[in-house]
Amino acid sequence: MAEFSLPANSKVRKDGRVFKAPHGANNVRVFKIYRFDPDSTENPRLDTYEIDMDGCGPMVLDALIKIKNEIDPTLTFRRSCREGICGSCAMNIDGRNGLACISACDDIKGEVKIYPLPHMPVIKDLVADLTDFYAQYASIKPWLQTRTPAPPDRERLQSKEDQEMVDRPSACILCACCSTSCPSYWWNSDRYLGPAALLAAYRWIVDSRDEATGERLDDLEDPFRLYRCHTIMNCAEACPKDLNPARAIGEIKQMMAHRRF
Amino acid sequence: MGSAKDGTGHWWAQRVSAVALVPLSLWFLIALLTSKSLDYGAVRAWFARPFDGFLAALTLAVLAYHSYLGTVVVVEDYVHAAGAKLASLLALRFLHILAGGAAIFAILHLTIGTMGP
Repeated sequence: MAEFSLPANSKVRKDGRVFKAPHGANNVRVFKIYRFDPDSTENPRLDTYEIDMDGCGPMVLDALIKIKNEIDPTLTFRRSCREGICGSCAMNIDGRNGLACISACDDIKGEVKIYPLPHMPVIKDLVADLTDFYAQYASIKPWLQTRTPAPPDRERLQSKEDQEMVDRPSACILCACCSTSCPSYWWNSDRYLGPAALLAAYRWIVDSRDEATGERLDDLEDPFRLYRCHTIMNCAEACPKDLNPARAIGEIKQMMAHRRF
Repeated sequence: MGSAKDGTGHWWAQRVSAVALVPLSLWFLIALLTSKSLDYGAVRAWFARPFDGFLAALTLAVLAYHSYLGTVVVVEDYVHAAGAKLASLLALRFLHILAGGAAIFAILHLTIGTMGP
């Protein structure tokens, strides 16, 4: 039947360790961070870190790096570009999915609560297992499919208007903020492709150079893959690149209907 | 297992029945609110008029269909065990046919049953 409670090993203990601010710090902020150690048999817990913001950069990622470098080297998280283009540091900050590197601590009131991306298996601390998420992306065949031979002397050209159709959806960085904010993806991520993969599918469906539009729509013609989207719109709210997967999904549904009439 | 090659039909039917319910339920509500009396005799007389009886039966049919489509989605969303899911989907189908059928039969009984000689 339907599940109404968390699995036993997912309940978060509140009695985590507390790391006090150094004496003399006068600009202290409290960070509460989800910790899970796969090598122990213990449930996850919330650790508390008091950070002197006078010695810390402005972003949430700056605080995480400061904690790892100066306070607790066991804290585990993904990060790379620190400018919002790699998507590695996607996590749940203050109840919202976002990128730690472009989330300012000053925009958060009170304690800064940091969890891994919701409803995903956790590998360690803030690192979620995105294996299925990437497999879903691969399943929509995110590459140009053609039957006609390429022009011998040039690339497959596209008008400016046609390029603009794929320009925005191509800006997706696959950080998984959208899919893991979607309740429908939480309940059915084994069968629903989720907003990120569907936005990518849309990007290739509307590409004027792609010649597999029909097959792409056929592959999405499914009660779960596409139609688990109930237009909840959390995806558009969560996207750190201001993309709108919900609109793309709506347009795919329209195309599905149009080709019937 | 590949795509089920279906899904758009359900989605479209849900929207079409929703649109159909806008005028039908408006008619039903307005008829209900503007009727002078709601006692048994008055309601009987209301449904006994062929046009009103037909619209009422149509409203109930579309309502049952729309409710069936919507509750199927709820079960697909939340019920994951294969056996429980199949049982719930079957129960929904039977319940909606039963409830819709009974409601339409009741209206038709009033309309046609009172039209005869």
